[in-house]
Amino acid sequence: MNINLDNLQLIWFVVVILLLAGYSILDGFDLGVGMLHLFSKKDVERRMMLNSIGPVWDGNEVWLVTAGGALFAGFPIAYATFCSSFYVPIMILLSGLIFRAVAIEFRSKRPMAWWRWTWDLLFSLASLIIAFALGIGIGNLIRGIPLDANQEFIGDFSSLIDVYSLSIGVMTVALFLMHGAIYILMKTEGELHDKMRHWVNPAIILFIMCYAITTVATLIYQPHMAEAIRERPLFFLVALVNMLAIANIPREIQRQRDDLAFASSCCNIFSLLTIYAIGTFPNLIRANNDPQNLSITIYNGSSSAMTLEILLLIALIGIPLVLSYTFTIYWIFHGKVRLESTSY
Amino acid sequence: MDVEVLARIQFALTIMFHYIYPPLSIGLSLLLVIIEGLYLKTKNPLYKETAKFWTKVFALTFAIGVATGIVMEFEFGTNWATYSKYVGDVFGSALAAEGVFAFFLESGFLALLLFGWDRVSPRLHYFSTVMVCLGAHFSAIWIVVANSWMQTPAGYQIVGEGLKAKAQIIDFWAMVFNPSSVDRLLHVTLGAWLAGAFLMISVASYYLLKKEHVDFAKISLKVSLWVASITLCLQLISGDSSARGVAKNQPAKLAAIEGIYETQKGASLSFFGIPNSKTKRIDYELSIPKVLSYLIGYDFNIEVQGLDQIPEKDWPNVSVVFQTYHLMIVMWALMVVASCLAIFNWWRGTLFEKKWVLRYLVLSVLFPQIANQAGWVTAEMGRYPWIVQDLLRISDGLSKSVTAQQVLGSIILFTIVYSMLFVLFIYLLHQKFKQGPVDVEHLTPYHQQLVAIEEATHEYQPR
Repeated sequence: MNINLDNLQLIWFVVVILLLAGYSILDGFDLGVGMLHLFSKKDVERRMMLNSIGPVWDGNEVWLVTAGGALFAGFPIAYATFCSSFYVPIMILLSGLIFRAVAIEFRSKRPMAWWRWTWDLLFSLASLIIAFALGIGIGNLIRGIPLDANQEFIGDFSSLIDVYSLSIGVMTVALFLMHGAIYILMKTEGELHDKMRHWVNPAIILFIMCYAITTVATLIYQPHMAEAIRERPLFFLVALVNMLAIANIPREIQRQRDDLAFASSCCNIFSLLTIYAIGTFPNLIRANNDPQNLSITIYNGSSSAMTLEILLLIALIGIPLVLSYTFTIYWIFHGKVRLESTSY
Repeated sequence: MDVEVLARIQFALTIMFHYIYPPLSIGLSLLLVIIEGLYLKTKNPLYKETAKFWTKVFALTFAIGVATGIVMEFEFGTNWATYSKYVGDVFGSALAAEGVFAFFLESGFLALLLFGWDRVSPRLHYFSTVMVCLGAHFSAIWIVVANSWMQTPAGYQIVGEGLKAKAQIIDFWAMVFNPSSVDRLLHVTLGAWLAGAFLMISVASYYLLKKEHVDFAKISLKVSLWVASITLCLQLISGDSSARGVAKNQPAKLAAIEGIYETQKGASLSFFGIPNSKTKRIDYELSIPKVLSYLIGYDFNIEVQGLDQIPEKDWPNVSVVFQTYHLMIVMWALMVVASCLAIFNWWRGTLFEKKWVLRYLVLSVLFPQIANQAGWVTAEMGRYPWIVQDLLRISDGLSKSVTAQQVLGSIILFTIVYSMLFVLFIYLLHQKFKQGPVDVEHLTPYHQQLVAIEEATHEYQPR
């Protein structure tokens, strides 16, 4: 392969963003289902919800693991600085991921009511915490963190918590809540399905409110995001697609075309991530004390051309394989969820 | 305590806890392939029942393995940021390959393995089992390659200086097949097979002891005993080859393993002893003269490098490395005793009556676990003071912006979470084993009953 370093860096940046988008779309509904879990008081309904994500949540989480690996491999400096500066949020995220995994696995193993309630509670809380922590991370990456000349973090925990990043955290929670509600709507029938039809509208309204607030906040407080799009007007299209996708969700729900509503929701998440990527490009970690000189970009934070070439080769061989069996598995488990002997 | 000590404690804690599970899933995945293969061949429903039972145990170990594994992936960055920057160019591609080739394969087909019994044909189900097994083994390959590169770096060049110095890949295949990776990969995989096989041996013996689910137990014991016995022989060869590799590539580690303080010809192989770094000799030593030299170079008089070749401040902790290494060997011997006893008594037809043998077999589940942990402690502590052998010191690999409080806080967090997880894991495993495989079929009505009752009352009543 003869691709120059700049292009390799750009390609790998796109790959990382695609992995993140894949994660948000796929694990996004798992997290949403998790957050909605407690809203139903009946064990059978909870099991329906749990089993709607049962065969796939584990594979969905792998997208995050792989995104982390891809960042480490392609942009080790960004990975190292990101992880060490977001120390506390990452520890919280990791405990969330641990608790969610074991809650799903353990909950239906014993019949006692208290046992199930405990794990249900943990499952729901963990999902909420994961979504919130991810949002705070993204919020801080948009906003930037203070870095020194060695590209090391020079702030502390308090420099990661501000109103803007918290608002992105809340928006992420609302986003996944809506995404999960639509997913359950699509995957269930009967009483739970009817109940979810009542829940889905408040979830959509909540998301649209959060979306509006964070959009305005971004335009006012993070002008560099808007500037990036202003410089390349073509990217207004993405914002347009984003808004159309959001508008299409309640429309499809109204017409009871739940699959299309879900597709719109996926499109919404994908375009949000795209806007994030365009707005922050070429920064991976923005240094808000001196964005011009200290930021870690895809150019100064990347691996060597040779490693990026190897990575590209791995991705070219691996990703078609991954997509083919991911589709196969989703196809085998498509349709409305039913409880079987092997269910959770 | 300083950040370095705390970060090392944290890594040891999280990796050792994590390493209880992946070997179990790797080993069990192989056994599942064999058992389900036997089912497809013989159509004996007992094999299917056995496979179904062990699939559930596999799922439990896999779930905890994944949950604790994600922690490891991010811990490189949180606590060892400088190290991550240093090795990212090399280490990262192995880790990315692991994600793309191993984890997706494993987790994707796990869905079919667990939930696909009634949805797909037996052949497709078996295919998924094989894929899960492959995925599990792939993940071992990439992570061991990455770790082996830290033991015996190859295929790289160093660019930059000081804080900006980093290793850069110049030959991918030389990196993958660095001098220790094949030896270590085989050693780790065989260790994982032993972990899975002895879990099965232990559970089967428990049932035989209790005279419950005897048919199921005999099938499980037969398969796992075969796997264990063959693996134990292979492990002897692999261990020998690994040790020779260590002698060649990491002489300081070998010196610590065998407690060789002075460079000498005709070094002796010790079985027992307490290394004393003050007097620079082994107290209470029990050894055979010259055998170590022979094992290393097939020559009784070959020279073995001692610790005197390196400055004393760079010595690994000789006591720990020496003892964990020998503990691993003792565990191997105990496993050999277990499988010989089992085979001999089965052949004589007395196995199912000999309670003390069965009790010993029940206990045997611990041997491979202890051996795996001890072996890794030897490998990692034997590399001290290097995080990447001869290139980067442990103390230089830390995160610059992380404080001792943060690390201490997360150690406390992980200690609490992991202790709880471990207790629950044992509890659920115990319940699963108490319930036994026959109830796999009974579980269906039980689950359905639960659904029926709740649908009838339409009310979930928490107490």
